[in-house]
Amino acid sequence: MNVDLTEEQRQVRDLCRKFADEELKPHARKWDQEHRFPAEAVRKLAEMGLLAVAVPAEWGGAGMDNMCYALAMEEISRGCASTGVTMSVNNSLYCDPVMKFGTPEQKRKWLKPFTAGEKLGAFALTEPMSGSDAAEMRTVAVKQGDAYVLNGAKNFITNGPQADAILVFAMTDRPKGHKGISAFLVPTDAKGFSRGKPDEKVGIRASGTCSVFFEDLVVPAADRLGGEGDGFKVAMATLDGGRIGIAAQALGIARAALEEARAYAKDRKAFGQPIANFQAIQFMLADMATEVDAARLLIWRAAAMKDKGVRFSAEAAMAKLYASEMAERVTSRAIQIHGGYGYTTEYDAERHWRDSRITEIYEGTSEIQRVVIAANILKD
Amino acid sequence: MDFQPDDVQQAIQAAARAVARERIAPGARERDRTGHFPAEEIRELGRLGLLGTTIPEALGGTGAGTVAYALAMMELAAADCSVAVTASVTNMVNETIARWGTEEQKARCCPRLSSGEWLAGAFGLSEPHAGSDPAAMRTRAERRGDRWVLNGEKQWITSGDVAGVIVVWARTDDAGGAGKGISAFLVERGTPGLSAGRHEAKMGQRSSSTVPLVLEDCAVPGGAMLGRPGDGMRIALAALDGGRIGIGAQAVGVMDAALEASVRYARERQAFGRPIAQHQAIAFQLADVAVARDAARLLVLRAAMLKEAGRPFSREAAMAKLFASEAAQRAVATGVQVHGGYGYTEEFVVERLYRDARVQTIYEGTSEIQRLVISRDLLRDP
Repeated sequence: MNVDLTEEQRQVRDLCRKFADEELKPHARKWDQEHRFPAEAVRKLAEMGLLAVAVPAEWGGAGMDNMCYALAMEEISRGCASTGVTMSVNNSLYCDPVMKFGTPEQKRKWLKPFTAGEKLGAFALTEPMSGSDAAEMRTVAVKQGDAYVLNGAKNFITNGPQADAILVFAMTDRPKGHKGISAFLVPTDAKGFSRGKPDEKVGIRASGTCSVFFEDLVVPAADRLGGEGDGFKVAMATLDGGRIGIAAQALGIARAALEEARAYAKDRKAFGQPIANFQAIQFMLADMATEVDAARLLIWRAAAMKDKGVRFSAEAAMAKLYASEMAERVTSRAIQIHGGYGYTTEYDAERHWRDSRITEIYEGTSEIQRVVIAANILKD
Repeated sequence: MDFQPDDVQQAIQAAARAVARERIAPGARERDRTGHFPAEEIRELGRLGLLGTTIPEALGGTGAGTVAYALAMMELAAADCSVAVTASVTNMVNETIARWGTEEQKARCCPRLSSGEWLAGAFGLSEPHAGSDPAAMRTRAERRGDRWVLNGEKQWITSGDVAGVIVVWARTDDAGGAGKGISAFLVERGTPGLSAGRHEAKMGQRSSSTVPLVLEDCAVPGGAMLGRPGDGMRIALAALDGGRIGIGAQAVGVMDAALEASVRYARERQAFGRPIAQHQAIAFQLADVAVARDAARLLVLRAAMLKEAGRPFSREAAMAKLFASEAAQRAVATGVQVHGGYGYTEEFVVERLYRDARVQTIYEGTSEIQRLVISRDLLRDP
């Protein structure tokens, strides 16, 4: 056993922390208020190699391990959770599956521009009538000669408004249920593609989210990712990794809230002394710090297992479940410590609370994580 | 960052698991009922080296380190918390003597504690009126000639009546601040003037011994002081930092046992035409226990790794103890709930786990003290 990060991991963490302090934290509140996509910050992330952390260098990625990715996600999300999710979707939900399941030809076309930051990727599994139960999807891809014709709608697509390509899941053989799903790489300039207006969200407001529509959209068979019917497998493997990213996002949000609550408690006076002198406040901070650390260890365990190449589905689910629910508790307590000011947009506590909420829902709700975990502990 | 145990750690864990399952678990329920002290089981742990897990081999210990110790403690606790707490206090006392003792003190005490020749070591800090605030202690030690003479009362002393040696804290100087004039002494079993009171009738961990001690003109040799005069609080707090890893590990062991029993029951018990494990109401509770157990385990192992590496670990040990012991409360309550009415009977282990877990948020620093330790560290200016 070894408690230390590697030199490379420390460097990535420190670099991202500095970037977050200088380039994200000072602007995050304004971006949130204006619902403004942080295009400039995302471009800089690309320059730092952070849009494809775990993709090998030969494909334009940073070629680092998943621990580095988790560390980077924590630090970036501590600065701005919207930037964090934008980064995580391009990494975990777009580049990673193209890297894992793509042919060399597909990688040249669909990976390299997206690792370099020239283009941004998205992932479209969820539909208006199917969220946790992906096998109920209605989007269809009908084979016609050497191509597929897509029809359907996907919603809650993170990066949807900005994406240059989307990994889309569609039914190619409905009677087979989840085994009848296939995955396709769809450029957003394709004929038959359209977007809904950006969703108005409680939090992560600076990230883009919208519905996307496919109307007789023709996809060449060469742009199918994995075999026909492999879509569900691609989606599940992708989401396992994605969960580490979202867990780290939740962790970063919680840490920002904890740091700000600590600073506020030392500064704010009541009954003649800083409120940090009162056990009521101290103990909240102690619980927050303990839960933040517990989440980080769960995340690091899952990331370390992924790096080792062993099965990590249950561990990623645990990390995601715990970290996201922890983040909601910790950010709520941060508001409490800030008192009335915590309920205003004068401080960031309220934004952290709003930002945390989605981490319990996307990339597998808490309920789906519990299904995964329970299946694991109840299996023979 | 790597949470995989190395070969030595795995070997210690496997040895602890084997003895826990084969020798300790079978009699746990009966001992709980009778309150019979697990002397035979403790001697077996001594033979296996689990009473001096972190003690150098030269002093009769195993020298396997704190991570191995924590892993072993999880296994013992899953079988019987009474055995686990007895062993963990002995390990803590053993380690405290190995760290602060003179060559003579170490040579006398550590091999006897490690081997089980002395059934236990005990830690005499708490008093009837001083628990979380040990600096308020009233026990005194006075120098008379070449001896120290101790007078006072100690409370909640684990293994106080069976221990070969007790570390007793006493005030030696009234000058200076509250904690400054306290020193630690090694008081051996049978020393005239040392007497143990009746076993406390406890709701859980019933076969571990918990007694009050009375020191009445209890004279120990001049060389019985552990550390220097006034070192007492420093010694106690350092020992408790390490002890918290042991109690955190014990709480993880209880969660392991609660989860194992609950999973087994939920897969067998039928309701509404299928095993209750197939109802999300039950499955999700079990999932939450598993998550908390894993998080607690990682916090304990992190603190153990830091301690083993000789780095600061007070805050991390407090986090591990706080989180694990609080999570254990929820885990055992879930265990009883999943078992329904049967969980409320002695027929199933979860009711004992429920009682055994309760003290974990209290001893070796209450949850409130852990939060003080954590928040003080957190709020300190860099």
